[in-house]
Amino acid sequence: METKNLDADLERIVKKWKDKKGSLIMILHGMQNLYGYVPRETALKLSQTLDVPLARIYEVITFYNYFKLEPPGKHNISVCLGTACYLKGAADLIDEVKKLLEINEGETTKDGLFHLDVVRCLGCCGLAPVMMIDEKVYGKVQRKQIAEILQNYH
Amino acid sequence: MPHKIILVKDTGAVENKGVDFNTMLANQLRDSGAAEKASIVPVADIGVYDKGLVLRILPDNVTYSNVREADIKKIIEQTVLAGKIIEELSHDGRDKQLRIVLKNCGLVDPDSIDDYIRAGGYQGLRKALLELKSQDKVIEELKKSGLRGRGGAGFPTWMKWSTAKNQKTDQKYMICNGDEGDPGAYMDRSVLEGDPHAVVEGMIIAGYAIGASKGYLYIRAEYPLAVKRIEKALEDAREYGLLGENILESGFTYEMEIRLGAGAFVCGEETALIASVEGKRGTPKPRPPFPAVKGLWDKPSIINNVETLAAVPQILSNGGDWLAKIGTATSKGTKVFAITGKIKNSGLVEVPMGITLREIVFEVAGGLLNPEKKIKAVQTGGPSGGVIPKDFLDTPVDYENLGKLGSIMGSGGMIVIDETDCMVDLAKFYLGFCVDESCGKCAPCRIGGYQMLQLLNKISNGEGELADLDKLKRIAYAMQKASLCGLGQTAANPVLSTLKYFEDEYKAHIVNKKCPAGKCKYLLMYKIGEDKCKRCGVCVKNCPTQAISGNREKGFTIDQVKCIKCGNCTEVCKFEAVAKE
Repeated sequence: METKNLDADLERIVKKWKDKKGSLIMILHGMQNLYGYVPRETALKLSQTLDVPLARIYEVITFYNYFKLEPPGKHNISVCLGTACYLKGAADLIDEVKKLLEINEGETTKDGLFHLDVVRCLGCCGLAPVMMIDEKVYGKVQRKQIAEILQNYH
Repeated sequence: MPHKIILVKDTGAVENKGVDFNTMLANQLRDSGAAEKASIVPVADIGVYDKGLVLRILPDNVTYSNVREADIKKIIEQTVLAGKIIEELSHDGRDKQLRIVLKNCGLVDPDSIDDYIRAGGYQGLRKALLELKSQDKVIEELKKSGLRGRGGAGFPTWMKWSTAKNQKTDQKYMICNGDEGDPGAYMDRSVLEGDPHAVVEGMIIAGYAIGASKGYLYIRAEYPLAVKRIEKALEDAREYGLLGENILESGFTYEMEIRLGAGAFVCGEETALIASVEGKRGTPKPRPPFPAVKGLWDKPSIINNVETLAAVPQILSNGGDWLAKIGTATSKGTKVFAITGKIKNSGLVEVPMGITLREIVFEVAGGLLNPEKKIKAVQTGGPSGGVIPKDFLDTPVDYENLGKLGSIMGSGGMIVIDETDCMVDLAKFYLGFCVDESCGKCAPCRIGGYQMLQLLNKISNGEGELADLDKLKRIAYAMQKASLCGLGQTAANPVLSTLKYFEDEYKAHIVNKKCPAGKCKYLLMYKIGEDKCKRCGVCVKNCPTQAISGNREKGFTIDQVKCIKCGNCTEVCKFEAVAKE
């Protein structure tokens, strides 16, 4: 993260939203889009700029699943655990990814290459079980295909 | 009129091969000199599934499925250039569907307001503002249509609107709930992405009817394309004078803005959603006061679901009586279901209310995934719903009938369950979801859900007692009565309804320590089949607890006490000799 740009980035986003009511979540979305997570320094700066206690900001960040407090990996794996994927064996896929990468859900590999998240529904149940790496969706994934899929990412 | 080629972009077959059909199609159009004659419109869903690459050509309105690379040239030459239909590629649509909400999805270019207007769009708004010219008359049309909320509870839409309309205040708000969080349901995504103007038009009409000057579209951040399409739709509507000051010179002024959700199922609850739009934690508040009286920033606010709003423009343009002709006595119109699970054609279907579950499963969606297995039940309503066993498949689907069977319509998730699915496991899955998503504000939901989950875990681990079933029912009852919001009140439904219809299965787990469907892994027994075993010994090397003993002469056996049911032995065996029982 480039700390030196923090002020400029923050100012731009805050400027866009500060006159609108109830815009804290939208500002946090803006920050997360930039950095991939909400860094603590940003949250602190934001609290000073908006004159809102840091606790108010953190209560929002920690309430919603979408906001992250840790930096993401280079590639982000989301395995879907919606109902359709669950019935079609998504739990096995999660086990396999965990085993291959030696991480748990919500964690990043030591080299920072992969981050694993288990998500509720990617909205493409017709392709269940579904796994998404960055923006690419893999449908009808079988356990034994995972090692091969992961090899495509460096 | 130039042709339009609608290209379905979400198809698994296309994605997996990594071939970019969009570019290929564009290249071929250019090479055939047809680039001027046709444009390509990539969409997510036109209701054809498991059919490989699907193209629909307009205005010919012909759909080609399982299109291969080699067919593209033929399609361009024969259909685009010569207007002929290629019979062997053409796909027959499903008959029992009736598309109202999804009418435009896949037929209009979602990024083009002109396309939407050509398809009859913004006629409902025109009629409301320039012909009816009265809030009461708009609400009257809604009343005639019998439209009920499609988000879950099925509350009559006109009644909500009328309450808000009658509030005397300086400011009211209209909110669209596009925070689709029910796992397994994605109709809102399809409508927002495929027909954004229908939602925008519905929102403007609703705003007019209740007397709001500002609307919020609350959309899941996980649906970036939906957000982009709605942004574009708002921009275009503003440019055409359909949004903003003095809309269609009727004197009505209305603005709209997008707010992003951030992944909280509880925000489907109206009061929690309002807190989230205000930029706070999405926790619910006690009702009354209802949002229609005191909602967003304490002003009267109406929240409608995407699917409800998308039906509004057509109700206005065709008249309320038109919708009232479709459906059953109490439930009018159509409902979109996201049908998945052990079904051949997973996907979205839109059917008239009153159709039976059997028709949906076996005719519209093509029957079971594996026709040799037997259907066990259909789950509707997601984590707040329940299961409907196979004996009730001939029930006509409407709000009341599903309620009588102990389930709900909900937002339209429909999961088909066959005999290989364990009901205890399914109940555990849904309850686990609600426990995760409980906001923690009220004790019945926060503590009750967790305790129920512990009991279910105990049962599926083979440590259950019969008394646990009563405990489950007692906690469920307390949650239903005492929880603050809909999430807690309905969280126990999947457990209660599986208990009601499949108590035998629970008892098999408790008394016989067996999982009849073979799903609960702690109740499984791994055994090596002597006939298939080649005595290679691979399983012995891969067993983490040294539970497999024996030698190459005598064969191998698994010590059930040492076995931790990890399944490694089944996986590594090349001869499928390790069986689960």
